Amino acid sequence: MTQVAITVNGKATSRDVPDTTLLSDYLREDLRLTGTHVGCDTSQCGACVVLIDGKAVKACTALAVSLDGSKVTTVEGLANGALHPMQAAFKEHHGLQCGFCTPGMIMSGIDMINRYKAEGRTLDEAAIRHELEGNICRCTGYHNIVKAIGDAAAKM
Amino acid sequence: MHPTKYHKPSSVSDAVAALAGADDGKLLAGGQTLLPTMKQHLAAPSDLVDVRSIDGMSEITVGNGTVTVGAATTHAEVAASAEVRQHIPGLASLAGGIGDPAVRHMGTIGGSLANNDPAADYPAAVLGLGASVITSKREIAADDFFDGMFTTALEDDEIITAVRFPVPEASAYAKFDNPASRYAMAGVFVSRGASGVRVAVTGAGDDGVMRHDGLEAALSSSFTADACDGVEVSADGLLSDIHASAAYRANLVKQMAKTAVAAAG
Amino acid sequence: MSDGIGARVQRVEDKRFLTGKGKYTDDIRMENQAYAAFVRSPHGSARVRGIDASAAMAMEGVVGVLTGPEMKEDGIGDIITGWSITSKDGSPMQCGVWNPMVTELARYVGDAVAIVVADTQDLARIAAEAVVVDYEILPAAVNLVDALKDGAHQVHGNVPGNLIFDWEVGDEAAADEGLAKATHVTELDIVNNRLSPNAIEPRSAVAIFNEAEDHYTLYSTSQNPHVARLVLSAFYNVAPEHKLRVIAPDVGGGFGSKIYIYPEEIACLWASMKLNRSVKWTAMRTESFMTDAHARDHVTKARMGFDADGKITGFKIDTIANIGAYVSLFATATPTYLYGTLATGTYAIPGVYCNVKAVHTNTAPVDAYRGAGRPEATYLIERMIEVSARQLGMDPAELRRKNFIREFPYQTPVLLQYDSGDFDACLTKAQALADVAGFPARKAEAAARGKLRGLGYSTFIEACGLAPSAAAGSLGSAVGLWESAEVRVNPVGTIEILTGCHSHGQGHATTFCQLAAEKFGVPIENVKLVHGDTDTSQFGMGTYGSRSGPVGMSAVLKALEKVEAKVKKIVAHQLEASEEDIVIENGEASVAGTDKKMAWHEIGLAAYIAHNLPEGMEPGLKETSFFDPVNFSFPSGCFICEVEVDPDTGKTDIIQFVSADDFGVIINPMIVEGQVHGGVTQGIGQALTERVVYDESGQLVTGSYMDYTMPRADDVPSYKVTHSSTPSPTNPLGVKGCGEAGAIGSPPAVINAITDAIGTDDLQMPATPEAVWTALQAAKMPMAAE
Repeated sequence: MTQVAITVNGKATSRDVPDTTLLSDYLREDLRLTGTHVGCDTSQCGACVVLIDGKAVKACTALAVSLDGSKVTTVEGLANGALHPMQAAFKEHHGLQCGFCTPGMIMSGIDMINRYKAEGRTLDEAAIRHELEGNICRCTGYHNIVKAIGDAAAKM
Repeated sequence: MHPTKYHKPSSVSDAVAALAGADDGKLLAGGQTLLPTMKQHLAAPSDLVDVRSIDGMSEITVGNGTVTVGAATTHAEVAASAEVRQHIPGLASLAGGIGDPAVRHMGTIGGSLANNDPAADYPAAVLGLGASVITSKREIAADDFFDGMFTTALEDDEIITAVRFPVPEASAYAKFDNPASRYAMAGVFVSRGASGVRVAVTGAGDDGVMRHDGLEAALSSSFTADACDGVEVSADGLLSDIHASAAYRANLVKQMAKTAVAAAG
Repeated sequence: MSDGIGARVQRVEDKRFLTGKGKYTDDIRMENQAYAAFVRSPHGSARVRGIDASAAMAMEGVVGVLTGPEMKEDGIGDIITGWSITSKDGSPMQCGVWNPMVTELARYVGDAVAIVVADTQDLARIAAEAVVVDYEILPAAVNLVDALKDGAHQVHGNVPGNLIFDWEVGDEAAADEGLAKATHVTELDIVNNRLSPNAIEPRSAVAIFNEAEDHYTLYSTSQNPHVARLVLSAFYNVAPEHKLRVIAPDVGGGFGSKIYIYPEEIACLWASMKLNRSVKWTAMRTESFMTDAHARDHVTKARMGFDADGKITGFKIDTIANIGAYVSLFATATPTYLYGTLATGTYAIPGVYCNVKAVHTNTAPVDAYRGAGRPEATYLIERMIEVSARQLGMDPAELRRKNFIREFPYQTPVLLQYDSGDFDACLTKAQALADVAGFPARKAEAAARGKLRGLGYSTFIEACGLAPSAAAGSLGSAVGLWESAEVRVNPVGTIEILTGCHSHGQGHATTFCQLAAEKFGVPIENVKLVHGDTDTSQFGMGTYGSRSGPVGMSAVLKALEKVEAKVKKIVAHQLEASEEDIVIENGEASVAGTDKKMAWHEIGLAAYIAHNLPEGMEPGLKETSFFDPVNFSFPSGCFICEVEVDPDTGKTDIIQFVSADDFGVIINPMIVEGQVHGGVTQGIGQALTERVVYDESGQLVTGSYMDYTMPRADDVPSYKVTHSSTPSPTNPLGVKGCGEAGAIGSPPAVINAITDAIGTDDLQMPATPEAVWTALQAAKMPMAAE
């Protein structure tokens, strides 16, 4: 067991955890923030994507002990009274059906917009589709997810 | 996952000591391959030695006609680096195409090279540029580093600290993704520089990354996409699996070589 | 009313999903939770000679290891199939026994041998590896065609030749006659590739045994919790129904794969009682690939005859369908009554005959997955018609038009009676949207860039709205496929709709409530859907087969009508008016031609206060209904796909995909379009990327996303979706169902487009870059001289 301290959604958290604890387990089991989902074992589905120090990372492929001192943002940490523009765009454009991949899609969407804005690049449809390479959705056919992210990019 | 003990040394010597003190220690650099492997019980190291907090392991420096990338530099950092983009654009674009955006935020060059997955991208850049792998013990030339799939010249207690790339006159990487894993089904890195033309192929060979003599010879005479057309890319020694036959991979090697040369200009 | 039928109402269920507050099965954790892992056969075919769990049991934190023989001893039943098929010679089907956990023979990779329960998830998985199983490896029958050959390994001793049934539908003599008089016969060999459904939420179960109450609760990733309870109770003997509560909370996609009651749920419930601990199991994706029911997997030879005018004269189909190691719940209905009965497609064909041989193999059970049988039929017919048009030198759209069915109802020669449709309208609308007229110019432009453009059609029909109970029963179904509803108007006037359907992405919480908004003009915020828990909603059959709209919503409508009738009586009585003069709109009931009215909450209150009700009327405002459709519904449509192939690599880009669907009446276009997008993408996945591969020994080669290619965002285009509506006469709403059309109709459109581009029809799914490149190389080879 090792003590880790991670700031999650702006709140300091600290737990004694086994060294094998994945960030996804830390969030889901230790903090009971179950919005971060796990859909595969090979780091491909992207349902678990969170932001670590502002960057999208697959929470199922990071050890909690290695993130001592980090700041993590999960899907639970986005809405601030009102929905985050990305969440609102997913609702408006019907960018979710079963909701299971949605947290990862939202976090990846925010990450790509942040990066493209920082680099002054245009996030067009082709770019959004390419940037979603690490997120799999089985319900929506991506059509409305792509629309939602494009719309949020204009509003964020 | 099987239990493991996590170490976070702040120096190379501490890391070496931690490895030496472990029954079955493994280095953790980005974990994007190692952690899934552990989750599936395909690896169960007694200790994990995280190299990411070691001073200087994540730096990119330029000088003397080289670009040196610290072993713990992430793919995203290499892809976004102004220095790398300026001096070795082929390397930056290769790094920007590894895995997916989230994987690129964690995966590192050192981790990729030490693992030497036969379909990984970085080995093609290291071999295709004739880079040197700098370790805790020595400097290993690319041609001596890769030793067949998942095997390198690294010793058990040896740690990659950086990779030094000579700045070429031109370079580019083109890959055809495995449709499922998005690893390279055939990836070709071409470079033209002081030591001539180098062509490295990943994802296709049945023994890991390799140079391609035929393409190197042809491109040495004429560094043009058309020059690749006359080259016979043999299917012998290429991988054959459910995704691609050796013959198809041979075709892809040629096509990717043409694409890369065209991109390198 | 803005929230009623046809309104593009945003989903009321979205907020919890968007904010990470959804509650999926794996999110549930009981006090002192124990975790399960399964010991699974690593062999496709093996005899279990012994199980040594001593090392696992010795691990600190391991609660128990339980095996198949113990389960059998405890009287836990074998897994059932829900549909019996009669072979063409009149004999009943033969199928092997499915023990939830292996008692003697392991018959596919992943077959459960033991359940290991421990204090933590990691420990359960580690301990499962420490269970030593002594396997005698046996020969395996893996390939479906080879499994029928002499000398093939017998998967089950009681199923000679691995042949489960040899079924037929249609008139063989008429088909032969049609083919005999044809001036052209098209012959085609079709492989319908084996798929894995891949809901992104892995299957999961939390089983809770309450010793004091002798009661079980199961949280389960189920599309039909009531059916799960029925089966667990009546056939698996876990507990009587009133001692078993099944809850399907938020479920992360199903596509058919979560209809079935799998060994894991049974084992977790049983283990929770044996060990007196709450037991939770969540599949790793690798386990999903091994054990979630697979799909499709047909090999077919077919012949279609045409007269000189291009009219179809006869169609004859021979199909082998892989059922896998065990016969899963709908496994036998899928390649028969959901396949052969659609063999006419949208065409008037005088002679049709379809023969299906179903076969056991040492592979995972194969069952219904989005479309179920209808994608296989549609792929066959729509490839056949496109290839025929090429061979006849006709325009593929015109050949279709020449043969379209145009009068409804239409009795097909293969049992079904199509209720409605206008196939020309869909085709015309799709052609306009796809700018088919401009295709030659686009093709030429692509050719100038060295790329190959192609365009492909699919004009499909499907049978949805499963199903008329009596018809299903006459065809071998063990259950009726009606649906139930209850509508409760609360004393404050808010409304709760209870359904036996289950929403796992379909947006029922929105669309079902739109029905009440339509009927009463109440705002949708005042309506709530209750579903997914056997303790809170009445028995119902669940969600699959595009049935929630035509069947489930129709039940809701009937219950709403009963409420409406009672409301009119109450209001007429209270306002001293005639019932016939009561008008309900905008959330109030008024007397026509007067200013007398009652607001909705006043009506609710009046019903429950009950001080002034009509003579003899019971208090309260709550009505129940069961709806059993008189026929299937028949959604149809036209898809047009345009692709560009890179001849150097064989890579296909889908440039454009157009859909013109006839779903009858549409409740919420936003949700319906979303269903089309998702279904089409799954169909594109089947056409371009997806396939389950086993090697000769029965090892699963495609056991993770590293090897099974899921369609990603950059594999598909943005879609152009339009509709052309003929309301279904078989249900009071006129809806047809929209969940499966995309997956049913799209694979042939994609393959027809690719084969158009590359100039050869010698191509099977999935059309991976390698497959397309290889087909191109073969087409380039000079033909060998005779």
